[in-house]
Amino acid sequence: MAQALPNRWNAVKRAWREYRTMYLFMLPFTILFIIFVIAPVITAIYLSFTYYNMLEPPRWIGLSNYRLLFLEDDIFLTAIKNTLIFAVITGPLSYMISFTLAWLINRLRMRQVYTLAFYAPSLTSGIAISVMWLYFFANDRYGLINFTLFNLGIITEPIAWLQEQATIMPVIIIISLWMSMGTSFLVFLAGLQSVPAELYEAGLVDGISNSLQEVFYITLPVMKPQLLFGAVMAIVNSFAVFQVAAQVAGVPSPLYAGHTIVAHLYMHGFIQFEMGYAASIAVILFMITFILGRVSIRLFSEKGASS
Amino acid sequence: MATIASRRRGRYIQLIKRTASPGQYVIMTFLALVTMLPIVYMVSTAFKPLEEMFLYPPRFLVRHPTLRNFAELLMAIDSFTVPVARYLFNSLLIASVTATGSVILSSLAAYPLAKYPRMPGAKLYFTMIISALMFAPEVTQIPRYLIVDRLNLIDTYFGMILPVLAGSYGLFLMKQFMEQLPVELIEAAKVDGASEWRIFWQIIMPLVRPAWITLIIFSFIGTWNDFFTPLIFTRSEQMKTLPLMMSNIGGGPGVVARWGAVAAASMMMTLPTLIIFVLLQHYVMETMAYSGIKS
Repeated sequence: MAQALPNRWNAVKRAWREYRTMYLFMLPFTILFIIFVIAPVITAIYLSFTYYNMLEPPRWIGLSNYRLLFLEDDIFLTAIKNTLIFAVITGPLSYMISFTLAWLINRLRMRQVYTLAFYAPSLTSGIAISVMWLYFFANDRYGLINFTLFNLGIITEPIAWLQEQATIMPVIIIISLWMSMGTSFLVFLAGLQSVPAELYEAGLVDGISNSLQEVFYITLPVMKPQLLFGAVMAIVNSFAVFQVAAQVAGVPSPLYAGHTIVAHLYMHGFIQFEMGYAASIAVILFMITFILGRVSIRLFSEKGASS
Repeated sequence: MATIASRRRGRYIQLIKRTASPGQYVIMTFLALVTMLPIVYMVSTAFKPLEEMFLYPPRFLVRHPTLRNFAELLMAIDSFTVPVARYLFNSLLIASVTATGSVILSSLAAYPLAKYPRMPGAKLYFTMIISALMFAPEVTQIPRYLIVDRLNLIDTYFGMILPVLAGSYGLFLMKQFMEQLPVELIEAAKVDGASEWRIFWQIIMPLVRPAWITLIIFSFIGTWNDFFTPLIFTRSEQMKTLPLMMSNIGGGPGVVARWGAVAAASMMMTLPTLIIFVLLQHYVMETMAYSGIKS
């Protein structure tokens, strides 16, 4: 022990002597990262154990916020349920659609045009484009979807897409899927283009006889890093759903049908100024995405070990 | 035997070509058109005269295009306290400074991580960055607000720029791209007596141009479209950006008011992002292949 301490100190000194310039390179980013990412995470964890309304100093109340969230706040349970439904559907679906479209585009000529067409929704501002969706899903006969369904004889009365409890979530899911060909989609596409052609030729020699086999035995294993990136993004984005929901259904939405975890966080934090309570919601969201992210890293690396 | 072998060979060659069938072209073109519908509708509506806006049956495309909606947009904003140019200026300023700043900071920090992986702490640092990729920015929004408030930066440009400069994705992207550069390059430059600072600016940065152009695009477009950050970090109308102006003309969620002006504003907000992406698309594709997480 008496010796370990000076040793460690010497190691630090040696590292500093050798890499001083490099540490200085990292300094500006690190300072901002500590102030605006790490400190907020720690603060959120601390505040989640307090009552804090921004007027008085935070008061320690232990686990009360969490107890309240899970045992008494029915609206939070609705938010969890909605978010889970959304994430379970949108996460895997957007992931698979992104990959399938990227794979198909990779076989086409004029790739750039197709790429732009599918990626364009991600380039639009949520607020600008949701106004258009409001028109598509308008509650009266002027709404494009109601009008079309009406003409096809599928409905006789216009459906109030954004008022009815049963249709709010499906509409949010459709719009989110439309916007989900994002960064991961581009990453998949670029990854597909970078698979070395020799691997495909070697696969043919080894007896691969159709495209599906090729995808599973060659393309997917080679693209593991890109696929892992896509999985992490899909998890984070699907659990953090809020913007689209807020834009088309409002906060709070009719009968809380479009209420999500982040909507609940926003409602308590920035409308009611219950910062401690909102922080506990943030911590729960953080734990969900973090654990799922770790699980996917584990999954992807285990597959690597076995193949 | 020989015929079977040659038939197989034919199939191999077809496989190697990896081209799509006409049917796949039809399906993909159809899907691409469906995906573009809301955007086409947005552009078409921006040019619709009032009579066409509320026609029954509703018309998808404009028949007699007009620029009146853009005039109405200017007038609608006239009734606000702040001219439209101010929102535009704020958006442009914040997005450009954020994009430039985050490229410089991320590249500087990425260089040691990519090229000196044996530097003590480098591994831990990168693990931390990967973990930060795993949580939604919404998680840190409240304490971030408290910190910006404590630093007296609410309602300032710095308050909207500083918190987003050190983004984990930016550092991740730059590091992954720099990793593929050969170490010999740096060693040769060192033998010639170049300092790390010079190596970074004169050798590394020109070589990773696709990566930083990509980061500039993502960062600029992300900031340009961001609604949440300016919403909570501004108080006065003078500091607000285009997305907030849009929600002002519209009248809130679920409400359809000043339809023409809203469509014109939507188009004004979306067009620059589309143009930037089209012009620089090939840099983005060159970079994205390196954006994988090695587990």
